[in-house]
Amino acid sequence: MASFYQDRDIADPRMNPGDEPYFDAASQGRLLLKRCSSCGAYHHYPRALCPVCLSEAVEWVDSSGTGVVYSYSVTRKGGPTDYCIAYVSLNEGVTILTNIVDCDLDSVRIGQRVKVVFKATVGGAMVPMFSPDEGKAASA
Amino acid sequence: MSIKGVAYIAGAFEHPARKAPGKSVAQLHAECAKGALEDAGLSKDDIDGYFCAGDAPGLGGLNLADYMGLRVRHIDSTETGGSSYLIHVAHAAQAIATGKCTIALITLAGRPRSEGSSGTQLRTYGVNMPDEPFEIPYGAVTVNLYAMTAMRHMYEFRTTPEQLAWVKVAASHHAQHNPHAMLRDVVTVEDVINSPMISDPLHRLDCCVVSDGGGALIVTRPEIARSLARPLVRVIGAGEAIHHHMGGRVDLTHSATVWSGRKAFEEAGITPADIQYASIYDSFTITVVMQLEDLGFCAKGEGGRFVADGNLISGIGKLPFNTDGGGLCNNHPANRGGMTKVIEAVRQLRGEAHSKVQVPNCSIALAQGMGGRLGTRHASATLIMERQ
Repeated sequence: MASFYQDRDIADPRMNPGDEPYFDAASQGRLLLKRCSSCGAYHHYPRALCPVCLSEAVEWVDSSGTGVVYSYSVTRKGGPTDYCIAYVSLNEGVTILTNIVDCDLDSVRIGQRVKVVFKATVGGAMVPMFSPDEGKAASA
Repeated sequence: MSIKGVAYIAGAFEHPARKAPGKSVAQLHAECAKGALEDAGLSKDDIDGYFCAGDAPGLGGLNLADYMGLRVRHIDSTETGGSSYLIHVAHAAQAIATGKCTIALITLAGRPRSEGSSGTQLRTYGVNMPDEPFEIPYGAVTVNLYAMTAMRHMYEFRTTPEQLAWVKVAASHHAQHNPHAMLRDVVTVEDVINSPMISDPLHRLDCCVVSDGGGALIVTRPEIARSLARPLVRVIGAGEAIHHHMGGRVDLTHSATVWSGRKAFEEAGITPADIQYASIYDSFTITVVMQLEDLGFCAKGEGGRFVADGNLISGIGKLPFNTDGGGLCNNHPANRGGMTKVIEAVRQLRGEAHSKVQVPNCSIALAQGMGGRLGTRHASATLIMERQ
């Protein structure tokens, strides 16, 4: 059984004040993380205050956009199209909720190396998703 | 302050409806309240404390207190999803111990089945949600957030789909004796594995039912409980805890039950080996495996082997669980299974479970609840009760 990725209707993010830079960057093909200049911790999803130390000295930084699949699940009864939800552990050390796309969804594995791509929501916002990083071998 | 022994569960009622399209949610709450009062042998005007959670329409408990005509001097609408009602029992015990109320009513009701709810639906918790812009676009729904937990558990501990299926098999063995259960057919491991895949690795039969209905509990002071004509069920330990990812530090194989369970066992002064019956929140089969591990019934990673081969079946296994059929087979009113977990534990301690599933001389029971989603953020509640 092969379940090749198919485009699906992606729900729009209902942004809150402060989320705009993240989605503006995504529309330019960049994945941003928040980093605390007080305690040094990265975090995601982005907050105005660091969830580790509550400092307001949090700054946007560009992510490498690469990481490994921490866990995943192909949802097969959630709508007209199968899709693969996943947690991807980025090189920066935080794990991001996302989808794995542009591949045979049945080939996705924990430990697989992936890189960021961007997909459009129904309203035209761009959101980061991940596809297999073909240049890198899988590592468990 | 310990709540050990300061309060008793004097009334319990599970609504028999599994589909109630013609009834309002408020009506279902009121019918549950009435049922629990009749069970306890009390009347509405005896209630001076009211507890409810997010399934109650309106402002905290205010609109339902108005609907039911309750005159209470203490109100608490602690909301942690499906685990809320176990926390309400603990909070009622605290309120009783500090004199804020003497007879507390807890209600739950809802009609997600009539309203077409499903675990594969995108569900929003309202406006201003900080996390949803980073979750909803990915199709994060109840079933796949638990499925990712199961997938990681299988990866780290070699848990198998067959082991998860045993949780459902055990629930179905119990549900066959419950005339109200939605799913009464006994199923096999093969039936579970062969049911349609919903979200890898969870099949349809790994998922709980969607049902209308509800339930209610009465919690009161020891001397009032003793004045009533019902068997005495004493609360001896409780714990509550939450777990989230602290901004992206994801660990899907440990739950808040690690902490809620430890606190409840410490307060009760017992260990998992003392538990004769356990109600374990069963939104999905993996939910049960995770909580059994985190409660200490087995080591982390051993949950799959622990539940296999009928170990959860009353009369066969070492730890009889969910003898009403649980959320997997009986009901899951308002998409919140915590209330019915307490109710079946009370039945077991009273000796009022179905004779085919009643644990002989059941004197210590545990109820375990989970709210929110294991895959993102969740709240665990553990309650330990004893028959006196």
